[in-house]
Amino acid sequence: MFTTSRRDFLRITGAAGALSALSLSGCQSKARVVVIGGGFGGATAAKYVKWFDPSIDVTLIDASKTYTTCPFSNLVLGGIRSLASITHNFDAQAGRGVNVVNDMVTGVDTAKQIVMTKGGAKIPYDRLIMSPGIDFKYDTIEGYDATVAEAIPHAWKAGTQTAILRQQLEAMPDGGTVIIAPPPNPFRCPPGPYERASMIAYYLKMAKPKSKLLILDSKDKFSKQGLFQEGWALHYKDIIEWVPASKDGKVRRVDAASKTFHTEFTAHKGDVLNYIPAQKAADIAFKAGLTNQLGWCPVHFQTFESTLVKNVHVIGDASIATKMPKSGNAANTQAKVCAAAVADLLNGREPGTPTTTNTCYSLITKDYGISVTAVYKQSDKGYMPVAGAGGLSPKGEGPEFRQLEAKYARGWYANIAQDIWG
Amino acid sequence: MGLKTTLKVCLGTAFTVFAISATSVSAHAEGKMASPQLLVSNCFNCHGYMGDSAGVIDELSSLPERRIVKKMVDFKSGEKPSTIMSRIAKGYSDSEIEAMAKYLAAANAK
Repeated sequence: MFTTSRRDFLRITGAAGALSALSLSGCQSKARVVVIGGGFGGATAAKYVKWFDPSIDVTLIDASKTYTTCPFSNLVLGGIRSLASITHNFDAQAGRGVNVVNDMVTGVDTAKQIVMTKGGAKIPYDRLIMSPGIDFKYDTIEGYDATVAEAIPHAWKAGTQTAILRQQLEAMPDGGTVIIAPPPNPFRCPPGPYERASMIAYYLKMAKPKSKLLILDSKDKFSKQGLFQEGWALHYKDIIEWVPASKDGKVRRVDAASKTFHTEFTAHKGDVLNYIPAQKAADIAFKAGLTNQLGWCPVHFQTFESTLVKNVHVIGDASIATKMPKSGNAANTQAKVCAAAVADLLNGREPGTPTTTNTCYSLITKDYGISVTAVYKQSDKGYMPVAGAGGLSPKGEGPEFRQLEAKYARGWYANIAQDIWG
Repeated sequence: MGLKTTLKVCLGTAFTVFAISATSVSAHAEGKMASPQLLVSNCFNCHGYMGDSAGVIDELSSLPERRIVKKMVDFKSGEKPSTIMSRIAKGYSDSEIEAMAKYLAAANAK
């Protein structure tokens, strides 16, 4: 049975939650929701808490005044989008009555329900929504850390890192070798490294056709693999080579000085290196006590409230949402479920049954797109795709179909950006 | 709806659930439907906030309720060809489609 019983509702909200909801409705003070992070999850949550209940006092905190999206940052590497075109601000949130705070969160006192910032602010909350994103497990690789990343970018947080990698590609001579090392599971944007390979190959084919692109993988299979490989065979047969872990693909050491990736048996020297490290929830999630032994945040699926800390919800890449991938689109739909649940809980209502979707386009060329999609419903096993729905776009389709998918990819970006920051 | 009624509906629904694998759920497996407002918000990530598309992808905000239902039902059955909408429409029950269309058309008519 997939409905929430009254008993479950009391368990979810807790006696204290029910009391605070009652006391809130009994006096004039507004319920306070604080959102940490202005990305796909956080900026959506801030906007949609207001959508579900305009009377709630919402504060959005981000260390930066703008947010540059990882989705479409591979197109910047391919030379077909500018960084400015994928950078957004929080004016839409402010325009909808959200208090936008430009400051870095340094800690959360989850007992007193207060968010602390670098600027010295102490911001109280009734419900906290965190969409902190990811950080890197630098200790799992020899020779790579935040300092090395300035020379050998990960470019897995878009912005300056993307610009560094693009500049290196532009400076590389024709006939050079680019090497991408994708991370082990689980990580942000499962098809991302392979779209990146496609977009870089797109640029190389146009501008530096004698060049090669090597993918040294720590895995034996990857997202949308059949569709990517079909597209690569059509467009980049002489450029892209993928080496799986079982064929000595896993990078074990980075030598920044000589621009070399070392696998167990081979030293691969490249002209442009892109190392994408293993990942975990962002540091602030650890500080707030929200992470499990694997470094991610377990949540109640009905509300995205942490199973470890009361009144704190975690959405997006940092959370564990079972079958939902760590993607910007998933963060957006999770934020809507969470915003609706938070509005319900603060009004003393039983949260609705969650439903989410994920739609994920990848570009292989400017005019060749592929997709995967799913509709998810909450079950006793967490978020599971609805049987008979969703799935990959079909293999073997002709150029017209692929061109439409590329067109819809651009349409998706324009509309999700407007849904979140517009 | 009282608790007893809810329980009856849930039990009724439970009997229709025949094959829930470990990796997926049936479109009709939910005991209680999500709110129309939450359901419809899942359209906005591709079709724009309130269905007000910036272009390329179909705009929903100007469509009447019946038109939205017809499109979704035709995508679901495969009668209307698509690259992706058929895959998505199959994830929704007919009552969910009706509820989403009703909510969106009414909200945009305001």
